[in-house]
Amino acid sequence: MEIIIPILSAAVRSGTPILYATLGEILTEKSGILNLGLEGIMLMGAFTGFAVSMYTGNPWIAILAAFIAGMAVTLIHGFLCITMGANQVVSGLALTMAGTGASSLLGRHYIGETITGLGKMQIPFLSKIPLVGPIFFNHDPLVYISYILVIAMFLYLNFTKFGLSLRAVGDSPRSADSVGINVARTRYIYTLIGGGIVAIGGAYMSVAYTKMWGDLMTAGRGWIAVALVIFAIWHPVRAALGAYLFGGVEAFQLRLQAAGTTIPTNLLLMLPYILTITVLLVIAVREGKGLLFDAPSSLGQPFYREERE
Amino acid sequence: MAFRGSGPLVRMDGITKTFSGHPANSSIHFEVNNGEVHSLLGENGAGKTTLMNILCGIYLPDAGNIWIKGERKEFRSPRDSILSGIGMVHQHSMLVPSMTVWENMVLGLDNLSQFLPKKQIIGEMASLSSRYGLQVEPEAKIWQLSIGEQQRVSILKVLFRKAELLILDEPTAVLTPQESENLFKTVFQMKNEGHGIVFISHKLNEVLALSDRITILRKGHKVGTVNTGETTREALAEMMVGKRVSFTILKGPANPGEIAMELKDIFVNNDRGLPAVKGLSLQLRRGEILGIAGIAGNGQHELCETMVGLRKSEKGNILINGKTLKRFNPKNFIAHGVRYIPADRKGTGLVPNMNIQENAILKNYWQEPVSRGITINWRIVLDFALSIVRKFNVDTPSLNTPVRNLSGGNLQKLMLGRELSGKPTVLIAVHPTWGLDVAATKFVRDTILQEREKGAAILLVSEDLDELIALSDRLAVIHKGLFMGITDEPERISRENLGLMMAGIALEEIQGNEVRQ
Amino acid sequence: MTIKGLTVQKRKDAPAWLEVFIPVAGFILALLTGAIFLAFLGVSPFEAYREMLISSLGDSYGISETIVKAIPLAMAGLGVMLSFKMLIWNIGAEGQIFIGSLATAAVVRYFYVDNSMIMFVLMFLAAAMAGGAWASVAGYLRARWRVNEIITTLMMNYVAIHLVDYFVYGPWRDPGSLGFPMTAPFPDAARLFQFSGTRVHLGIVIAVILSLLFYWIFKYTRWGYEIRVIGENPKAADFAGMNYLKNVVLVMFLSGAIAGIAGMTEIAGLQGRLQHGFSAGYGYTAIIVAWLARLHPIAVLLVSFLMGALLVGGDALQIVMRLPLSTTLVIQGLILFFVLGGEFFRRYTIKIITEKEPEKWRS
Repeated sequence: MEIIIPILSAAVRSGTPILYATLGEILTEKSGILNLGLEGIMLMGAFTGFAVSMYTGNPWIAILAAFIAGMAVTLIHGFLCITMGANQVVSGLALTMAGTGASSLLGRHYIGETITGLGKMQIPFLSKIPLVGPIFFNHDPLVYISYILVIAMFLYLNFTKFGLSLRAVGDSPRSADSVGINVARTRYIYTLIGGGIVAIGGAYMSVAYTKMWGDLMTAGRGWIAVALVIFAIWHPVRAALGAYLFGGVEAFQLRLQAAGTTIPTNLLLMLPYILTITVLLVIAVREGKGLLFDAPSSLGQPFYREERE
Repeated sequence: MAFRGSGPLVRMDGITKTFSGHPANSSIHFEVNNGEVHSLLGENGAGKTTLMNILCGIYLPDAGNIWIKGERKEFRSPRDSILSGIGMVHQHSMLVPSMTVWENMVLGLDNLSQFLPKKQIIGEMASLSSRYGLQVEPEAKIWQLSIGEQQRVSILKVLFRKAELLILDEPTAVLTPQESENLFKTVFQMKNEGHGIVFISHKLNEVLALSDRITILRKGHKVGTVNTGETTREALAEMMVGKRVSFTILKGPANPGEIAMELKDIFVNNDRGLPAVKGLSLQLRRGEILGIAGIAGNGQHELCETMVGLRKSEKGNILINGKTLKRFNPKNFIAHGVRYIPADRKGTGLVPNMNIQENAILKNYWQEPVSRGITINWRIVLDFALSIVRKFNVDTPSLNTPVRNLSGGNLQKLMLGRELSGKPTVLIAVHPTWGLDVAATKFVRDTILQEREKGAAILLVSEDLDELIALSDRLAVIHKGLFMGITDEPERISRENLGLMMAGIALEEIQGNEVRQ
Repeated sequence: MTIKGLTVQKRKDAPAWLEVFIPVAGFILALLTGAIFLAFLGVSPFEAYREMLISSLGDSYGISETIVKAIPLAMAGLGVMLSFKMLIWNIGAEGQIFIGSLATAAVVRYFYVDNSMIMFVLMFLAAAMAGGAWASVAGYLRARWRVNEIITTLMMNYVAIHLVDYFVYGPWRDPGSLGFPMTAPFPDAARLFQFSGTRVHLGIVIAVILSLLFYWIFKYTRWGYEIRVIGENPKAADFAGMNYLKNVVLVMFLSGAIAGIAGMTEIAGLQGRLQHGFSAGYGYTAIIVAWLARLHPIAVLLVSFLMGALLVGGDALQIVMRLPLSTTLVIQGLILFFVLGGEFFRRYTIKIITEKEPEKWRS
């Protein structure tokens, strides 16, 4: 028990950047747009967060800046896919490349630098609850915000008017258009906000998690988030479960290494990626053809009203 | 609530709309009064839906103006049109399948609180339902409903939004005769409440039964507007087509030969893994047309796909010329002479981005002489494609034209030509004349009858009951994956009985009841 | 006449000149945007681009270096092109290159024979099998259970890179390499022929042969026809009885095999040993190559030459102006963005809606 609690607590911390990225992408995909540029957005978010935190000394301004930076780069992808009807897969890849390269380029002088960043904030009463307390309530504020985000998204998507419109745009843009919903505007809004949230996930890595800048520091978390959206079947609560599962794997792997295991580092490092494939396979086999039933039906396809049959 | 001022409820003037060079509407004038049912009649492709889509704000007209209740309006989006009291019930359901009825009802409404007041919405729905006689289940998900039920939801949705003008686009295409009757009752109810109704159709009988006035469109132009009482079926048809039209289909006497294809007790699942065909057996004889009537979604699609090898049957056997088929794949069926005209032309039957030659060999590309070893002999392909285009009169600028640029009629002719080359033993035709103009429709029907003369065994699935009755030698009605009855005399059976069978009542039961009466 | 607004309309046909104009314009616009970015970073774009141009195309050695970079791009690009043609998004070329190189190094280490012909055949087959198998896993998962191949191939990239790292940091590390993660240099028979005076190796021959082979396959063979139909309209392909599962796995296998061979030629032809990070993202650049070449086998050769020039230029930037290699990554991303935007004008044209003066209302 003494060993497990620290690991679970670390799982929550490790999983948080992935959770933000997954939640952001869920919003985007719910509107029908596929954004594969998460890795690039996260890296841009990580750099922006780091740089602004370094210069202003205020981590919250840094997070806000990262959010805006995320929206800015996502705008390119959004414009290409929503207004110009470009191939969403290729555009996302381009965003990954451009974002990764730009973050490397911009961050080239900052490698190894550290900042104070965002510190821990124990929640007074809740963190003393046995078991649950240390695991969930002994982290920095961004973790707590992610909890709120999960619940808020769940309520928003299923019980509000705007959530209804969003789901309609993703599932049946023609129907949404015919009742007067502006499909393009809806897609822009959620793609941009989604991208911003993804960027916060990246900023978490540099501002709260490691408090330093390293080249390519997200190590594929953006891609794992893309997979997690499918694992979560576009549902915010399941996304949290998936993110913490991956966080757990990473935490476990780090502990093993620290304990001086004989298993070579490189093989351990493969674990998250192999796990992702396994997870996708398990879902696909279990749900069979019914899996993509809950996917937004228009995912990846452009929408133009004037298109004739 | 109805507009009782002078002048029409809706007036459209000089409406013109062109789609990539193709004039869909040319300077059309159209008016509807309140308390009137005004039909828009015309062949497929005449421009009826385009005109109404302009009224709904889905398309922007290239030229022309719209007046609602005397006020000039410009609709830049569907929202503007809805706010002006226009409500359209589209031919293809504009409902979100994964959502419930009540959620679809309020989708996109402006004066709605953020946290959806479910109880209140359902309450309002209930009162509208009873006023117009439209029964719906508020908590059901749309994908669970039948097409007829979905249509009721669509109509209710439009009324919920306080529409004064309702547009119904080919509503009876997917309904049984009984459901059509109910629809007409609803239309009369709405007319009495003072609404203006536009009824888009190409079915002359319904138009004559339902409307006060009829406007006929042909190839994007308005031919004329007549009062229903002052016109005849023949006159309307002539205006629709531009020349005299004969309504008779010449069919030679039946001469059924041996059994070409037989299905024994087959079970087929649909895309969701649920059984769509449940223990069905049938026999297709040479020189005979077996027609299948039924509401869409009752297993016809899965049945046809099984019969061409696209879908496996979980149990049961399929025999061709007396021999049970062992290998279940399309190539095997094709090799045995089975040909397929699918309903979905651009989707399943053809590759839109490829040209005519490449599409022509889709079914025989692996056979001699088209391919030799691992290569394809494109010279032979050219000759082959040329012969199809000539024999079937496919209108195309060249053999290299991508198939997506062809019109619906020419696409169908190309597919027919391809499928019929090589003397098919069995032909499965699904909705072969859907969406075609009169000339192309006649051509397709004649071709099918010719194949019948040549001794092919033909299965015909269609939503057009007239077509089925005229062409079929035997007619079966399918409901939930089973035949409700097969008759050898399609012309003798009443529409009412067909409707009952489509709704799930077996023929013996109907005939039993008739005897008792 | 007043202008009412703009609307987007689908074109019937795209004029032929657009096919070439769009990639070229995209390339140029990307370079311009890159210039702005560089200026923002305090680097003179003129200096940077001049340096890039001279180093890559300025003299015959530069051109030979460009070809050297172009070879793996072309091969991996052909592999990617093949799978993309069937709408299978194989993002795993990078990992397949690494696995191919791993297999090659294994052959050199455990099956060495002092005969260059035999070694070539062994290495070629090993790399092809390894790369092919690596990719087929993702292909099978996609065909059988509809598992998203973008994610699986990508994940396998990371696994492959870590796998190679394990060997070059561990059991296969050259004791004489002073701790650097690399194998011992390959003996002569395991090296590929190199044209004198340059570093251009036999791989160029393989790349050209493959390109011509694919051109022939797509145009004249039955299988090429099947691939094209499956890619253009999978439902019609079903209808025609084309075996989707078989073709997906086969295409992925070949795609991975070719990328694996690219890896083989890189380490046996060029570098002479297996080392950490030997592929500078060639697998990802190959995707851009395939896309820019609009999936045409001969165009892939041309585009990979251009991309090779870009990469050589990037190397020069790193040495001369101390800019990281990621600079070229940004330009690559920008090129893709502009070309994607340009594609819009292939499919659609923008129309202006006008109206005449409205008539007066008559009752």
